[in-house]
Amino acid sequence: MASGSVIDPIHQFQIHKIVELGQPGGIELAFTNSAAFMFGIVALVFFFLTFATRGRTLVPGRLQSLAELSYEFVANTVRSSAGNEGMKFFPLVFSLFIFVLTANFVGMIPYAFTVTSHLIVTAALALLVILTVIIYGFVRHGTHFLHLFVPSGVPAFLLPFMVVIEVISFLSRPISLSLRLFANMLAGHIAMKVFAGFIVMMTASGVAGWFGAVLPLAMVVALTALEFLVAALQAYVFAVLTCIYLNDALHPGH
Amino acid sequence: MSETQGPAGIIVVAQATPAGSPPAANGVEIAVPPAEAHGGGFPPFDVHTFPSQLIWLVIAFGALYVLMSRVALPRIANILEERHDRIADDIEEAGKLKAESEAAAVAYEKALASARNKAHGIATETRDTLAAKAEASRKSLEAELSAKLHAAEQQIAATKTAALTNVRGIAVDAAGAIVQTLVGSTPAQPAVEAAVDAAIKN
Repeated sequence: MASGSVIDPIHQFQIHKIVELGQPGGIELAFTNSAAFMFGIVALVFFFLTFATRGRTLVPGRLQSLAELSYEFVANTVRSSAGNEGMKFFPLVFSLFIFVLTANFVGMIPYAFTVTSHLIVTAALALLVILTVIIYGFVRHGTHFLHLFVPSGVPAFLLPFMVVIEVISFLSRPISLSLRLFANMLAGHIAMKVFAGFIVMMTASGVAGWFGAVLPLAMVVALTALEFLVAALQAYVFAVLTCIYLNDALHPGH
Repeated sequence: MSETQGPAGIIVVAQATPAGSPPAANGVEIAVPPAEAHGGGFPPFDVHTFPSQLIWLVIAFGALYVLMSRVALPRIANILEERHDRIADDIEEAGKLKAESEAAAVAYEKALASARNKAHGIATETRDTLAAKAEASRKSLEAELSAKLHAAEQQIAATKTAALTNVRGIAVDAAGAIVQTLVGSTPAQPAVEAAVDAAIKN
């Protein structure tokens, strides 16, 4: 193993303790860089939205347009996937979307920590969605919510299989929801770091390496653009899937 | 052995942690090196960081949800609604103004028509009055003229009668004188007068 210039693509996901909070009940608690970025994201979103709308002008300026755009974008997504009834979940979907989006974009800043590159964070967000669906579904529809797992118009002998399949597909939702975001962010950041590492290694090896480094440099530029796309797209996908799952809670009948 | 694995294995040139880190207290398989000595467990799977991340995520996301649902989103919704209302108001007001201007145009047309009628009426009236006055003055003039004419005719008639009377007297005198001269005797006055009258009548 080489020593010297160490390029560790995993290092960016390391969680550092900033303030240790002891171990109540044997559980290690600390204020970490991840927590700092979470609060940074919340503060950024809140101050952006309030600052952008400070004028409450009739004809919006650039920032206010952006704030209104994000609002209407999410509102339209909720309406088209879950109907007008789904608008009661609009604050939740908006919070999820803006949190994931900002976390993804903040993660694109060099040296910044990507909150959504940790499975526990995406899993927690996905669980929040699924628990909202289940709890609201039962509160609103009672046992009728279970019709979600019983497709109508299926022959009786197929029904048990269909129910099993529906239950599995329902249970796999939080897993796919959390893994999709986590894996996208993780893989993208690792790939960028790996190609960036190639540049450093090649330039270190002499003049020939300088020319050779052009290729990974081009790759890093392309990957950066792709990652910005992925950052926005994954936030959107998360929000849309949330709306679709919430739609099941609102209208469980098939 | 540390848990450097998966995609990390491709390029991890980091130092391997000393093997045999003690298993975690809670019996989880993933061995975790002391905090700062990274290169140990793959960070996203390091369960020791999970409680902290979860707690802070709950607090941060909870705060975000509250801030969004209580402050930021109602604010933007207000702005959008205000704009929507304002546009609707403006359109309504524009419609009202349009209706008003149309009503004003109709009223103007009506006023114009009535003014035209009135002007026509005044013109007709004036013409009639003038015509009546002219007629009256013409009639009075005619009456005056005819009265004058009548007076003149009467005067002429009177003068003529007077003249005729004089002529008769002269004729009677002349006839008497002529008869006296021719016959030598003075005729009887009434006979002369009757003869003269007969002659005049013829």
